[in-house]
Amino acid sequence: MSLVGARVLRKEDPRLLTGQGTFVDDIQPVGCLHAAFVMSSCAHAELVSIDARAALAMPGVVGVWTAADFLDYPDLPGGLPELERPALARNRVRFAGEPLAVVVAESRYQVADAVAAVEVEYQELDSVTDVTLAAGPDAPLLFEHHGSNVITKVPMLDDLERELERCDQRAHLRLVNQRCAAVPIEASACLADWGVEGLTLWATFQAPHHLRNYLATWLDLPQNLCRVIAPDVGGGFGAKIPWYPELFIAPLLSKWLRRPVKFTQTRSEAMVQMTHGRDQVHDVDVGFDNDGRIKALRFIISQNLGAYPDPTGLGLAVLTSWMAAGCYDIAKVATSFRTVVTNTTPVAAYRGAGRPEAAYSIERMVDLVALRTGLDPAEVRRRNFISPKAFPYKTHNDPVVYDSGDFPQALAECLRLVDYEEVRRRQAATRNDPDAPLIGVGLSCWLEIAGFGPNGSLEGFGHLASWESAQVRIHPDGSAVVFAGSSPHGQGHETTFAQIASDELGIPFDRISVRFGDTATVIQGIGTMGSRGVPTSGSAVKMASVTVLGRAKKIAAHLLEAAEEDLEVLDNAFSVRGTPGKKVSWGDVAWASFQPLRLPEELSAGSLEERLFMESPNFSYPSGAYACVVEIDRRTGRITIDKMVLIDDCGTVINPLLAEGQVHGGVAQGIAQALFEQVVFDPDSGQPQTTNLIDYLVPSAPDLPDYVAGRITTLCPNNPLGAKGIGESGAVGAPAAVVNAVLDALSGFGVEHLDMPVTSEKVWHVLQGGQQ
Amino acid sequence: MIPAPFRHITVETVEEALAALVEFGDEARLLAGGHSLLPLMKLRLATPAVLIDISGISGMDTVQVDGDHLLVGALTRHRTLELSDLVAREAPLLGHVAGLVGDPQVRNRGTIGGSIAHADPAADLPCALVALDGVVGLRSVTGAQREVRAEEFFTGFWSSVMEPDEMITHFRIPRTGSAGWAYEKYTARAQDWATVAVACVAGRVVLGAMSDTPLRASAVEQAIASGATAAEAALTAHEGTNPSGDLRASAEYRAHLATVLTERVLLRSGYGI
Repeated sequence: MSLVGARVLRKEDPRLLTGQGTFVDDIQPVGCLHAAFVMSSCAHAELVSIDARAALAMPGVVGVWTAADFLDYPDLPGGLPELERPALARNRVRFAGEPLAVVVAESRYQVADAVAAVEVEYQELDSVTDVTLAAGPDAPLLFEHHGSNVITKVPMLDDLERELERCDQRAHLRLVNQRCAAVPIEASACLADWGVEGLTLWATFQAPHHLRNYLATWLDLPQNLCRVIAPDVGGGFGAKIPWYPELFIAPLLSKWLRRPVKFTQTRSEAMVQMTHGRDQVHDVDVGFDNDGRIKALRFIISQNLGAYPDPTGLGLAVLTSWMAAGCYDIAKVATSFRTVVTNTTPVAAYRGAGRPEAAYSIERMVDLVALRTGLDPAEVRRRNFISPKAFPYKTHNDPVVYDSGDFPQALAECLRLVDYEEVRRRQAATRNDPDAPLIGVGLSCWLEIAGFGPNGSLEGFGHLASWESAQVRIHPDGSAVVFAGSSPHGQGHETTFAQIASDELGIPFDRISVRFGDTATVIQGIGTMGSRGVPTSGSAVKMASVTVLGRAKKIAAHLLEAAEEDLEVLDNAFSVRGTPGKKVSWGDVAWASFQPLRLPEELSAGSLEERLFMESPNFSYPSGAYACVVEIDRRTGRITIDKMVLIDDCGTVINPLLAEGQVHGGVAQGIAQALFEQVVFDPDSGQPQTTNLIDYLVPSAPDLPDYVAGRITTLCPNNPLGAKGIGESGAVGAPAAVVNAVLDALSGFGVEHLDMPVTSEKVWHVLQGGQQ
Repeated sequence: MIPAPFRHITVETVEEALAALVEFGDEARLLAGGHSLLPLMKLRLATPAVLIDISGISGMDTVQVDGDHLLVGALTRHRTLELSDLVAREAPLLGHVAGLVGDPQVRNRGTIGGSIAHADPAADLPCALVALDGVVGLRSVTGAQREVRAEEFFTGFWSSVMEPDEMITHFRIPRTGSAGWAYEKYTARAQDWATVAVACVAGRVVLGAMSDTPLRASAVEQAIASGATAAEAALTAHEGTNPSGDLRASAEYRAHLATVLTERVLLRSGYGI
């Protein structure tokens, strides 16, 4: 029986659910010191002085270091020339919370007390937090030598003004995709131990090899002496790919002090120091005919980068521009973008990274077309979908060729499960009843780009390459270990990769372990991001397993004196088809594989091991159709999600249980963006207003609906598994479904758009007939 | 998330607790369930040098009938009030509201005395206690005992008439029994502090989070007493209030919510129908 496609329980859960996981902060070496940062209390200022005398006199304090102590070391890697981020702010601070000094003490408590005792004098400068204002002529500049806060600019060749004018109608919206925080349960943490045999750095990180490569260079340390371990990682969502000061400073402090040094970030620190996501403003124009056919799309993106351009942050707008047209066949598409620095926490990847922004805006625009033409939103979508026969579908941007999909079928299945006609009937029946809630139904037919794997796709974000590696090794007893180049942060690689390997090798699931996250034991890997785990890393596991099985068959055939092609693998053994009883167990084959005299000539001892680097010829394009039904209290504006239907197409599903979990989590974050979450800065002072989970409104289970999940399957032709990836789908698809549902409920009130988060207060203003 | 240094001492009697309060003066805070104080300490918004842990004092976590009142020990946990049949029968508003505080973990630790002493105008129990016309029982180190009506207990945001050498020992809560009651709490998230709350019991209407203390909606009560409908009476709910605007809601929206929630609690309590 195939394990791929089975609801196998997670291998990692017994460990994680009984508190036996090992996270960075669980590791407590003898003599460990604790580091913490003095953070800027100003959003934009010249540093006048840092006085650490009082802190240095406090019990347990080992030392205080500032930028002046790191002048022999470069700025953090991966930045743009002249715009790099220093490890500690040097002369100028550019966002509130930026680390200025690092304090080390004997205990976690002592270091926190000492940080509070460091006195910093600033000369405050005017700050700017809003992307549009920052790009304007009068904005205070973060990098005077650059001459502008606009860092990159990609204009459009043709603004499509003629095409837009030629259509029966045109419509414009400015859509603000607000800044969100990733809020992984485990904030940043690292532990550096630099001993006589070099450095070991434990870090909660999504890409340990990536970190090792850059860290070794930064430290001028040969990589054989630089080991990075990502142990159990408590969530990442993209915020554990960027470079943070602690990852570079903790190793140096350990070297200088000859003791292990640990940094464990608090939640309040994480809210201002971990990279944020989204924060784009879109100006979108569509031209369409009265029959709802969209003929032209102009999509202009402004990306708020925060205080320093992060390599991923710079790429977000590229991905948004690629996916601007979503799943629609639009004759003329033009995109442009600019990226802009502001006095805010740097912005980088957050679950979906540029694609949720695109999906949200195009899905809002399609609803606007429906509103303006009087057509049903489902019908407008059907009239504009790319045909299932049109794949591979070449889009307005060269590298982007959609692999496969069936958007009409996904929508049809979604409408069936949400009982669309019935919801519309109920909506009409209660619309004029003042005591009944307003009902709205919103659709989101989304599409994203994932499976980062084609040559060049990750190099642009600073990675070594875009392949992913796998190594499959058979032990002498016929059990197996899989080393995966991608290191998980909650995805369940131990389970899904064991399922894939078990199917290919014919070795039972329980006899396969999956290892990752340690640069000393796993050959070069890239990382877990961009929904690439299964399509790229899983495919590597599959192909390495296929190769190992091929060799095992040769050994089995040799032992059985049978032809290889007559062998089948059944019940953990190789048997000869049609000859009952003639078989050799996997364990016997594995044992023999280490005994040269029992091997066929072409194989040598230890050959049941294979490492492989898998590069896909193209991306994958997960898609889906989501529907959301909301009820709105006419008096308070309170929004309640009544039903959420999620049809996903992620190609081959390895484990439906885990795939559904990914969708549930992603949709929770999508609903959070639609209705709850927003990182807020005071526009005058630049001070962050959402520095804890009292003010930053992460919803919890009672805020979220039960999900009705279904799926359709079109295979991805670009990898051997046929998988598209599922990690980001929910976060890409959910926001538009929810916001469209709210706007649908309010369709009688003359409002065409509300920006996220759509709060009850914003809805109340609409119900009052007020301005929004 | 890392509190400033503090000493933690445990006491076993009210007398010991009060003696410690006198000994350490302004430096000391009482620790019961810790679900208001500890988060403030972790954010360094509170930095007491000494925590006097009163959670081990026995006999202060019970609910009993005392004539026309329920006598509720200051260390009674929210969860106890939520699940008590006696409370559900004699002062159902109290049990209901206790069941809306935080989440089950918070309710298993937090105490009514701690919540009232903390005096957060957006918290549930202060609002309910004023609506119930409850009385706060205080004792000082001299042995002096006094009882203060909840309505006069709260003096501002996180402040009350309690003196530094006093502690709350008990509450006296009228047995409202079958009198009409309701509580409406509007929150930004399912589990959250009130954006606005309104409690109604036995003809008394109290607003939470509409000022720096729970606030009696006297105009509403008078309107009801003089025969107004719930909707008419609710229109006066914002009178005398001073709501703040913050990330959760503007002052204007809070005033509106107060009106809507007031109408709803009045109707559910059987007034102005």
